[in-house]
Amino acid sequence: MLKYALTRLLAAIPTLFVIVTAAFFLIRIAPGGPFNLDRPLEAKVMENLNRIYHLDAPLWQQYLSYLGNLLRGDFGPSFVYRDFSVAELFAAGLPISVQLGGSALVLALLAGTALGTLAALHHNKAADLGAVTVATLGITIPPFVVAPLLSLVFGVWLGWLPAGGWGNGALVNKILPIVTLALPQVAVVTRLTRAAMIEALASHPVRTARAYGLRWWTVVVVHALRSAILPVVSYAGPAAAALMTGSIVVETIFGVPGVGRYFVQAALNRDYTLVMGTVVVIACFVILFNLVVDLIYALIDPRVRYG
Amino acid sequence: MSLSRLSGTAARRPVAGRSLTADAMRRLKANRAAMASLVFLIAMALVCAVGPHLTGHAYDEVYQSYVRVPASLTPYPREAQVGPEMEKALARARVDLGTVAVVNGTASVEVVSPRRPLDPRITRYVDRSDLFANARLTDMSPDGHVGRIVADVRQVRFLFGTDLAGRDLLTRTLMAGRISLTIGLLATLVAVLIGVTWGATAGYLGGAADAVMMRVVDVLYALPFVFFVILLVVFFGRNFVLVFLAVGAVEWLDMARIVRGQTLSLKRREFVEAAEAMGVAGGGILRRHIVPNLAGPVVVYMTLLVPKVILLESFLSFLGLGVQEPMTSWGVLIAEGARSIEAMPGLLLFPAAFLTSTLFALNFLGDGLRDALDPKER
Repeated sequence: MLKYALTRLLAAIPTLFVIVTAAFFLIRIAPGGPFNLDRPLEAKVMENLNRIYHLDAPLWQQYLSYLGNLLRGDFGPSFVYRDFSVAELFAAGLPISVQLGGSALVLALLAGTALGTLAALHHNKAADLGAVTVATLGITIPPFVVAPLLSLVFGVWLGWLPAGGWGNGALVNKILPIVTLALPQVAVVTRLTRAAMIEALASHPVRTARAYGLRWWTVVVVHALRSAILPVVSYAGPAAAALMTGSIVVETIFGVPGVGRYFVQAALNRDYTLVMGTVVVIACFVILFNLVVDLIYALIDPRVRYG
Repeated sequence: MSLSRLSGTAARRPVAGRSLTADAMRRLKANRAAMASLVFLIAMALVCAVGPHLTGHAYDEVYQSYVRVPASLTPYPREAQVGPEMEKALARARVDLGTVAVVNGTASVEVVSPRRPLDPRITRYVDRSDLFANARLTDMSPDGHVGRIVADVRQVRFLFGTDLAGRDLLTRTLMAGRISLTIGLLATLVAVLIGVTWGATAGYLGGAADAVMMRVVDVLYALPFVFFVILLVVFFGRNFVLVFLAVGAVEWLDMARIVRGQTLSLKRREFVEAAEAMGVAGGGILRRHIVPNLAGPVVVYMTLLVPKVILLESFLSFLGLGVQEPMTSWGVLIAEGARSIEAMPGLLLFPAAFLTSTLFALNFLGDGLRDALDPKER
């Protein structure tokens, strides 16, 4: 298993390399630069800035030196957030995003599998219809509608929770962002669980288990849910990566100091190093969580073995 | 020879065939949710296309006297509003005012100019207000110092209220729907065009060409999606026409994969083999056998792509990268509404309701179409 994990991580290096290369050249092709402000800088100042940040070197040289720095774990300084290195920005924001995203994922997995199982057990009855409606709503209402609505209902009308703001990470400030992040995922997990569970409940192993007279709980949770959870696990990998790298919508509306907003801002500001940093971090999360998913798969499904 | 004769006899016989399309249509009609969604979407499209002309307001017309008024069925102005507005309008006229009286939709007020005779041009101050029209100076005293200003009170309706700049929200919501729906359709068409061409070519050519073309798709796939959209927006500038091109250019990847997979499997099917054995040329096989069989998944994916694109456009507009003021889209309106929910929840709720119900209907229709077109369902 360890050998398998290591092989997978090694195999990810070429993928990462291609992504870094593509992103590096794409952002450089885009017109404008980090120092092109509304009021143009003096030519001499511009020249100095470009020299300090090595932007005057040929592109391939910049690319090679960036790759070299990356190998040493150096993401470089941010061009727009002066006095901050990209690593410092991530050190400050990433834990917050990971925490919010992780909580949202756990919430989504728990609520989603529970709702999905409930719907499958009461297939074509009222509970099923309710769960499916919730799931469809969760998928169709975009987060940038859900977030202000939640903030309006719970923050302004009911006054139970703060409508926005971070409050230095107090728990009450985290509830609405986590719920907003979790809702669409709850919807997807419910749908996946429901479909797989309906199939699993009708399958031969479950029928056999029932015939043995096992308790209802054992049949549903140990036998049916175990196979029904597989599609959820493979969905959870990419979802975890997406959730934990932050969401610009949630961060903007609730004022959360995570890393999701850096992505959009950096690309718009041509903050080259920060853009590259976000691309690398997101790619690493995707690769890592895909690996984790495959390992969990092997734990749940006895048919899957990694030599 | 014998084959053509066979098909000839078949054509003469008056048996009503059950074509794939007719079959699918019948199944779709049996699906109530999908049909209701279809009717709703047609109604929404019509309302958005015609509505902005019927509300009596232009989408970019600013009513300075009616900034942020709440939604209401009764027409504005309110009775209590008329007096102060008249006083405000005449504040620069340097005249003394009596009390403002409103009778039968006409406001009148006595004006006294102590020093100079009344200047009839002061009626323009009144006309300039959004509340009054057709102001005139009557009952002039012989010396011209005392008179009466009479003006019609303009009745206007703001069913959804007005926004922060004093523009009618109903008109803006409908106008936004027009833009959002247009972008959704056009961007989907762009995505389908690129995706089908790329995928079908890769699938049909196979071999090295297929491998190279699909690696390109893989690399584009691996890049963070928002990054890609933002790059395209940066390239094209914040241009409304080009935004949907950018969105379409990003969304074709799934389409290409689906079409390629479908083409690959279709290529090995018996009816294609039979056609090949009968000597039908490559182009003929593509046209007669592969493309018609692609139509099902493509149509289904298209219906599900439209809400995705509308969502993406709204997201871009929400970030301020999409449609620019004074033109508007549901994303723009929702972003504005989200900034002022505490004072004016209507600014968020109305456009959000329109967007959500449209997305809901599109999803139902897409699901219904998938069920109708899926051959396994028969």
